[in-house]
Amino acid sequence: MVRFENVGLRYGLGPEILRDLSFAIPPHSFQFLTGPSGAGKTSLLRLLFLSLRPTRGLVNLFGRDVSLLSKDQVADLRKRIGIVLQDFRLLDHMTTYENVALPFRVMGREESSYRREVIDLLKWVGLGERMDALPPILSGGEKQRAAIARAVISRPHLLLADEPTGSVDPTLGRRLLRLFIELNKSGTAVIIATHDITLMDQYEARRLVLHQGRLHIYE
Amino acid sequence: MSRSGEDEVSLVDLGRERPQVPAQARNMSPIVPRASISGRALVAVVAIMTFLASITTGTVLLVSASAAEWQSEVASEITIQVRPSAGRDIDRDAQAAAEAMRAQPGIVQVRPFSKEESAKLLEPWLGSGLSIEELPVPRVIVARVQPGTTLDLAAFRARVTQAAPTASVDDHRAWIERMRSMSGATVFAGIGILILVIIATIISVSFATRGAMAANRPIVEVLHFVGAGDSYIANRFLRHFLMLGLEGGLIGGGAAMLAFGFSESIAGWFSGTPVGDQFAALLGTFSLRPSGYLALAAQALLIAAITAWASRRTLFATLDDID
Repeated sequence: MVRFENVGLRYGLGPEILRDLSFAIPPHSFQFLTGPSGAGKTSLLRLLFLSLRPTRGLVNLFGRDVSLLSKDQVADLRKRIGIVLQDFRLLDHMTTYENVALPFRVMGREESSYRREVIDLLKWVGLGERMDALPPILSGGEKQRAAIARAVISRPHLLLADEPTGSVDPTLGRRLLRLFIELNKSGTAVIIATHDITLMDQYEARRLVLHQGRLHIYE
Repeated sequence: MSRSGEDEVSLVDLGRERPQVPAQARNMSPIVPRASISGRALVAVVAIMTFLASITTGTVLLVSASAAEWQSEVASEITIQVRPSAGRDIDRDAQAAAEAMRAQPGIVQVRPFSKEESAKLLEPWLGSGLSIEELPVPRVIVARVQPGTTLDLAAFRARVTQAAPTASVDDHRAWIERMRSMSGATVFAGIGILILVIIATIISVSFATRGAMAANRPIVEVLHFVGAGDSYIANRFLRHFLMLGLEGGLIGGGAAMLAFGFSESIAGWFSGTPVGDQFAALLGTFSLRPSGYLALAAQALLIAAITAWASRRTLFATLDDID
């Protein structure tokens, strides 16, 4: 599904922050991406999401060499990837329901065809009562759950989550982890970037550890 | 997947304990909020540009219509002057010239000016109480040519001068040429102003679009995250800009049409005054024909379309930068 070969990344003329990354993400797999702050976890997620291009090396996503993709092809591939960012990136003028339904709307689906699905998921992540609330009045944890719901609603083939439990209490953190596990069981490959050891200890999974720009894999 | 940690419900199949969902459709918010685009300034710019463009076009149409009228009037007339000459009877020569003109096919009316009428023509320069007998005043004969007739001027001139050797024929060609070049210059200047107005509109719209895109950058980024392509995003913005362009075009074009509509009444108030007569001489009745109003409406639509086009071009350039 994802293959990196000798991938390096630097910003501008700065030092190389990711070096010689070679790894594969098999379909239906589950992995934690961890490492100290500033190790490059977010940069690696951005490479996986095609919002950054590598300075060197080969990135192959869903069987396609990303360096050869047009903008439209990148947009099509992104429809198969869900992403949860640390800063949530919810649209403030849309309700929680509309934010979560956005991927379906972009796909051009009728509202009636996905309404039930969106409401079910919102209830499941504990936002059933906050469906019509605008993001500025949501708490940090609620925003995070809404961002996760938006990332998983379209059942992506690959889910990337950057510190997805950073703003929620341990109970809700466990619940969100179970959501990711269930999503993985239904066929989605999951990569969760976190430095929360407690979270990682709750589920036996492959660990990708970034340290000083290099990747160490613990199966 | 678990809802509370006890009952297992799959994410894929939530059917077993699916809550009842309200059946009514929701009113979805627009993806790009209208208020986030600084529309008022852009509407004002487009309205002003459309107004200026419409006034320019309308004036050019008025001047060229008046010039065409003058030209057709002047072109249908031929003036013959019979100059006095020693040893010749000017009255007889004038009569012979008039006869020769009447015999020419294509001439529908011949009007010789009498001595008194000639004196009247000179009155503004020489004053009244003039004894024309004491001055060598040429006699004027005006002939009207049948519209659509092409007169063989050389043959006509030969015939007239054979009848009256001191006669000269003037078909006003020099005057018509001067008139034509004047109206051509007016149209040319009008087109120049229109081009400048359109360029200024494109620049203003591009800046407004760039500003709107900068203000909505977070929305664009989120739309990229959820897999929206550039065309999808551009279309969300384009609809706003097209509406703003149409609104501005309607206001500017409508104001210009009203201005031309009122101009006829205003010209009526000033008729009889020296200023009014000068304007009437230059611009005719100062009223635009229905085809002129149609041209102004088409121009307003064109400016709205240019607004949308300039916006679309800037949108794609900005989307390239954001990605």
